[in-house]
Amino acid sequence: MNLEVTVNGRPVVREIDPQELLLDLLRDGLGLTGAKRSCDVQVCGACTVLVNGRPVSACCFLAGDAHGCEVVTIEGLAERPEFERLEAAMTRHAGLQCGFCTPGMVLTVAALLETGELTSVAEIRRSLAGNLCRCTGYRCILDAVCELAGVAP
Amino acid sequence: MTTVERPSVGAAQVGRSAPRRDAAEKLRGRAQFAGDLVVPRMLHGKVLRSPVAHARIASLDTSAAERMPGVVCVLTSADLADIDPYWGHAIRDRPVVAIDKVRFSGEPVAAVAAEDEGTAVAALDAIRVEYEELPVVGTIEDALTPDAPIVNDGPLRPGLFHGLGELKPAEGNVCYRYRIDRGELEAVFAHADLVVEGEYAFPAVYQYAMETHTVVAQVEGDEITLWSSCQHPFLVRAEIAALFQVPLSSVRLVVPYLGGGFGSKSYTKMEPITVALARKAGRPVRIQNRVAESMVTTRRHGMRCRMRTAMTRDGRLLGRDVECWFDTGAYADNGPRVTATGGDAAPGPYRWEAYRVDAACVYTNTAPSGSYRAFGATHLQWIGELQVDELARRAGLDPLDVRRLSLCTPGEELRAGGKPLDADLVGDVEQVAEAVGWGTPKEQNVGRGLSVGLLAAGAHPVSSAIVRMEADGQVVVLVGTTEVGQGARTVFAQIAAEELGVEAERVTVRGADTRFTPYDRSTGASRSTTLAGLAVQRAAANVREQLVEISGTEELDPDAYPKLFQRHFGLAGGELIGRGEVAPQGSGSYAEGPVFWEVCVGAAEVEIEPETGRVHVRKTATVADVGKAINPQLVERQDEGGTLQGLGNALFEELIYEDGQLLNQTLLDYRVPTFEDLPDEMTCVIVENGDGPGPYGAKGCGEGSLAAVTAAVATAVADAGVPMTELPLTPERVWRRIQELKEEGTWPR
Repeated sequence: MNLEVTVNGRPVVREIDPQELLLDLLRDGLGLTGAKRSCDVQVCGACTVLVNGRPVSACCFLAGDAHGCEVVTIEGLAERPEFERLEAAMTRHAGLQCGFCTPGMVLTVAALLETGELTSVAEIRRSLAGNLCRCTGYRCILDAVCELAGVAP
Repeated sequence: MTTVERPSVGAAQVGRSAPRRDAAEKLRGRAQFAGDLVVPRMLHGKVLRSPVAHARIASLDTSAAERMPGVVCVLTSADLADIDPYWGHAIRDRPVVAIDKVRFSGEPVAAVAAEDEGTAVAALDAIRVEYEELPVVGTIEDALTPDAPIVNDGPLRPGLFHGLGELKPAEGNVCYRYRIDRGELEAVFAHADLVVEGEYAFPAVYQYAMETHTVVAQVEGDEITLWSSCQHPFLVRAEIAALFQVPLSSVRLVVPYLGGGFGSKSYTKMEPITVALARKAGRPVRIQNRVAESMVTTRRHGMRCRMRTAMTRDGRLLGRDVECWFDTGAYADNGPRVTATGGDAAPGPYRWEAYRVDAACVYTNTAPSGSYRAFGATHLQWIGELQVDELARRAGLDPLDVRRLSLCTPGEELRAGGKPLDADLVGDVEQVAEAVGWGTPKEQNVGRGLSVGLLAAGAHPVSSAIVRMEADGQVVVLVGTTEVGQGARTVFAQIAAEELGVEAERVTVRGADTRFTPYDRSTGASRSTTLAGLAVQRAAANVREQLVEISGTEELDPDAYPKLFQRHFGLAGGELIGRGEVAPQGSGSYAEGPVFWEVCVGAAEVEIEPETGRVHVRKTATVADVGKAINPQLVERQDEGGTLQGLGNALFEELIYEDGQLLNQTLLDYRVPTFEDLPDEMTCVIVENGDGPGPYGAKGCGEGSLAAVTAAVATAVADAGVPMTELPLTPERVWRRIQELKEEGTWPR
C-alpha cells in the first residue's frame, strides 16, 4: 500500500506492506533508532512515539494506520525548543540509567505535559505506568516529572 | 574510621554528583545499542527453538527452508563437525545448537540467516523436526529422585572460568556442591534453648533487561568480530576463541551501550550461535532475541531450602544448618558460582558457634539459569532473617537487639581463610531501622522488618586501564568495563579528573572494544568502581607523574597543559599515556576472596489487606555502605533500582514452569514493577567509612539493596502476622496463609 506520513516534520511517501509495523518502518526504513523494541505486547513503552500528539506503542501500531498523520520520534522531539527543559530536569535528577526506556519515557512525559493532565503525584504515577524502567526505581523520574509539571513530589 | 588520603589536586571531582556523561545521548535517542547497528551486507538470523523440554531429535530436515528465496543458509549441528561444539564458562556442557537431543523447551535446534527478518521467520516454519519425547525432569524434586532421568549424561568438563577449585564428577543431576562445616553443629543444637526450622521456596525469576540479547557477528578468515550486548567482553572473547580455535587476538568484541544487564548478559550467551551462523553464511549476521527468547536464554535460579537456626533464651545466636538446591536448568551457565555465593550468604553475618551449609546445583529440563543481581544473597537472606525474627519473637526480644548482640563486627572472620568483615553492620542496621520508624507504634495489619546480609563481591580482581592526555589537555580513558546503565563512564571520568586536577567534563571514557581497551575481567559483582576504578586511578596518577616530571613542579596548572605539551614535544601534539593495573595479591581465587563484602542491609514497613492478601509497601530503607561515594547521586540510583527489583522479587515476579514448559512468557503475564509499585517512602542511606579496597576507600554497591529489600519485605510481612515460606508473596499466597492462620487461631495475632 501507499503510505504518506509526516515524520518529525518531514514528508515521507513510500510503498509498504500492509502488515508493516510503525516501529519497523521507523527503525529499519527511516533509520530512526531512538524508538526501541522490547516487550512487543504494548506493556513496556520503550517503542513509544507520538502520532498526532498522542503516545502510541509503535510495536503494535500498523505503519499504514499512520497514513496522513504527524509522527514524532525522540529525534524530532529533541529538535524542539521545549525539549531542553525536559532534558535538563531528567539530567539533574539522573532520571535515566541504561537509557533503553528513556526515549519512550520522555515522549510520554512530553505528551502528558502538553495536555496538562499531570496534576498530582498519583496522576503522574498512573499515567506513566505504561512505561517500564528496570534500572532507576522510578523515583528520580517521578521527581523530574513533578518538577516539570509543577506538582509537589 | 579514617578516610583514605587522596592527592590534593584541583577542585574535588570525587564525591560530587557530576551529571551523567551519557545523559544527552540517551535522552536524545542518539545512544547506540547493539540492535541499532547496521553492518554492511548484514543478514538477519533467527533461531529455531525446541517446543519440547526433553527429547531425542529423530530427524531434522532443512531442505525446504534452504530453498526459500532470500534464505542464505541454515545452521545445524552438522555444520560444527570441525570444532568441539560445546561451550560454558563454568562447565563446558552446552552445544552451540542441539546435538541429537534437546534438554529444554526453547533450546536452539537450528538457525536461519536470511536477507530480512520476515524471510528468516518464515524459513523457521519450513524446517521439519521430529522429536521422540523423553521423560521430563521438571523440578528440583524430580531431579533428586533416585531413579530420575539424567539431564546431562556426559562427563563434566570444566569451562575456562570455572574458578571454584577442582570439578568433581556429577552425582546424578547434581553438577556442583558447595559445603561448609564449622564447629560442633549437633552439640550446639542439642543444647540450644530455642530452635526454629522450616522448608522454603524461592522462584525462578527473569532479569528483564529491557534490551534483549543482541549480537552481530562477522567472520572473515580467522578474524571474528562481534558487536554484542554483553557485560563481559573479555570472557566472551576467550570462550569464542577457544570454541572456534583461533588466537585471542583474532577475536574482537565491541560493546555499545547496554540496555540493562543485571547479570543476564554476563558471560557468553547468544555469541556462539551467531558466530557459527555468520561463519556458514560468509556474511555478517545479526541475531536479536525477542523477550520470550531471552526468558529462556538465562534466568535466576529457582531454589528449595531447608534451614534451622538455634539461639539462647537471652538472644545469642548459636548455630545454623542449611541445605539448599539451586535449579540451574539444562546447562550449568553460572550455576556453580551462584551455588557457592548462596552457600556463603546462607549463614548470614552472625557470630556462630557452629554452622553447616550444603548447597547443590541441580540440572533440570528447564531453561539455563545464570546470574541475576545479588544472586545467592537474594535467595537465602530472607530465609535466615525470617528465622532470626521468629527466634526473637519466641524469646520476647526486639529483633534489632538480637542483631546487635550477634552480628559480626569489623575485622571478624566470616569464612575460614577468606576476607574478614570490612563493614559496620550494626551501625548500618540501626540507620535503616530508624528510617522506617522502628520501635514507634504501628496500626493493625502493619508490619516492619529488618534484614542484614552480605554478598561476596568483586569476582576475580584483574582490571587494567589506559589514560591518554592529548595536547589540548583533554583526557581519554580506555577501560574494558561496559556501560550497562550503572554510570561507570561518569564515575571513571570523575576519578581520572580528580587525579589530573581537571573537570570531569574534560574526560571522555570510551566503550569497551577488546581490540583497543585493555583487559578488564568483567562488569558485574559490583566490581567496576572498586577494581576498574582503581586501575583508572592508577593510570591517571601515572599521567600526573609524567606531567610533574616534564613540568618540573608538583604545582600543576591544568589550564597550562597545552603549553606544557608545546614546550615538551616542540609541537601542538604528542600525548602522555598512563597505565594502571590491578592484579590479585594472592591467587585471586574464590576461597581467598572476596575482594570486599557487599553490605545487604535494609528495612521495610508494609500494610497487609487481609481481605485480598495484597501487600502494600509503605516504606523501604537501604544502606549503600560504599566506603566512599565517588558520585553520591549515582549511588542512590543504584540502591533505588535495586529496591524496586527487590519488591518485584518479593511480591510478584515468578517464571511459572509446568512439565518443563514456561507458562508466562510475555510481559503481560510476567509482571515487573511499574511506577505504581513505588513505595510511599524510599530512603537510601549512604555510609562512607573509607573501608573499601577501591579508589579513595571506595567499594561497590548496587546489588545489596535487592537482597536486602526482598528480605525486609518478607520479615515485615511476618511481623504483620503472616510468616511466609515461599516467594513471591502474591495476594493469593498471602490470603491463603491468612486462612490457615485463622484455622490455627493465630490470626489476627
